[in-house]
Amino acid sequence: MDRRIQHHPVLGAIAPGKTLTFQYNGKPYTALHGDTVAAALLAHGVRQLRVHEESGSPRGFYCNIGHCYECRVTINNRPGVRACLTLVEADMEVFSGERLPAPLKHPKAKDSSEGRDSQLLQKGLREG
Amino acid sequence: MTDVLIVGAGPAGLSAALACREQGLSVRVVDEFYRPGGRLLGQLHEEPDGQWWNGLEEAAKLHDKALQAGVDIRCGVSVYNVAKADGNWQAFTTEGVCEVPALLLATGASETAVPVPGWTLPGVMSIGAAQVMTNVQRVRPGERGVVIGINVLSVAIARELQLAGIHVDRMVLPALSPVTSSAGHPEKVMESMLRVAHLAPSPLIRLGSRLVQSLGLQKRGIRFYPSGGIRMWGIPFQLRTAALEIVGTGQVEGVRIARISPEGVPVPGSEKIIPADFVCIAGGLSPLAELAAVAGCAFAYLPSLGGHVPLHNERMQTSLPGLYVAGNITGIESAKVAIAQGTVAGLSIAADLGKLREPEPLRHAMERVCLVRQQAAIQFHPDIALGRERLHQMYEQAQAM
Repeated sequence: MDRRIQHHPVLGAIAPGKTLTFQYNGKPYTALHGDTVAAALLAHGVRQLRVHEESGSPRGFYCNIGHCYECRVTINNRPGVRACLTLVEADMEVFSGERLPAPLKHPKAKDSSEGRDSQLLQKGLREG
Repeated sequence: MTDVLIVGAGPAGLSAALACREQGLSVRVVDEFYRPGGRLLGQLHEEPDGQWWNGLEEAAKLHDKALQAGVDIRCGVSVYNVAKADGNWQAFTTEGVCEVPALLLATGASETAVPVPGWTLPGVMSIGAAQVMTNVQRVRPGERGVVIGINVLSVAIARELQLAGIHVDRMVLPALSPVTSSAGHPEKVMESMLRVAHLAPSPLIRLGSRLVQSLGLQKRGIRFYPSGGIRMWGIPFQLRTAALEIVGTGQVEGVRIARISPEGVPVPGSEKIIPADFVCIAGGLSPLAELAAVAGCAFAYLPSLGGHVPLHNERMQTSLPGLYVAGNITGIESAKVAIAQGTVAGLSIAADLGKLREPEPLRHAMERVCLVRQQAAIQFHPDIALGRERLHQMYEQAQAM
């Protein structure tokens, strides 16, 4: 399905432009000259740009103008680049942000500390 | 040697750059985005006179004029700190430090986040993100969308999405919470829509008159609001429905909604999940003023202007010498007001640097801001003029101290 808005009743047709090829997570994708990485990927139906570094939950772009940093990816080995502000260049290598190791965080330690925090909060609320 | 650094290549920044150049100052404009225009990019609405306001064209016009005037415009450059050094301002940018006698912050506005459970799923985006993706980048945000939040901005953009052939399934309110506050309260949303509708571009005027026709102006009208919503351009506006959660694994698959009382309380047993592949969250705009805060500007809190704004006067001077503001950082208003404010800021900077050739243009530019404000097609808040007056009083009081 074509996800490009080829025609628009007021803005007219998309200006014809050069096609570029770039890579996302090792797979080739096409982009139009002037596409941001976020727009080029969405045009192919790719919404997920990274996972949350700790929880691994999926993330895409949110604000699309560089404010929120939700769309950070690795481009040509440079991590933390915003996909919504970066124009696609030929042969660019884009990788989605990955889950990072959290060696100091034991899965169960989180639960117990949360439990303790809430007990402490209850105690604090009781005792003022 | 650059005389003036302007942060933000939107309507305020570009018009300020032009005004500075006309007085013979050397100007550099930086912007994080990859193309100039700021929030003009993507704006597309019918004015009350039936003419289309095409932000892309307006941005291109301003950009061309600025280039012809010899403004040095650099896109893709972020400013992450500003500091005073020996009477000059230093801006720390991703292209190095830039030291100038005058610094203008025209950073615009950011969208207010409205936390909704599930909002981190890919496919959830701010309403402005959908606008830029649709009108600027020309890629469909999705095939079936739900807009959470009914306000001036989201109504205008929903119309733009529909114009581009994108299916907006419905517009609903965010669930009532201490964060969403009046945005989750049907009576208050109705009231605010009716207060601004007559001042807005024609689609909103039509929406306003549709609401009035259907319900009458009385506040109690919301009690009889049809559960399926009132349709505008085929989009149901469901003021008596709230989004409780965005659901999906891996990406957006639907929205859990419920009927709500006129006060925003969910009706038990009315919950259901509607399918969607994208969701737009619309919390309105707030001034993007971090750099002014880092610089040490005095601030004021004025809800009619969109929140915390740097204290400034009608000449766009802040509480700090050599630091100026213009555009939405000073309060949320239309792009036309931002352009008029930019001209004031540019001339004001020239005056302070001893380069203003004659005083008349500055006075005219200041008068023009008020005029443009009075005639503005888009009013984000009915009390903007009062808020401005209050802000200028606060500035004078602070200066007198």
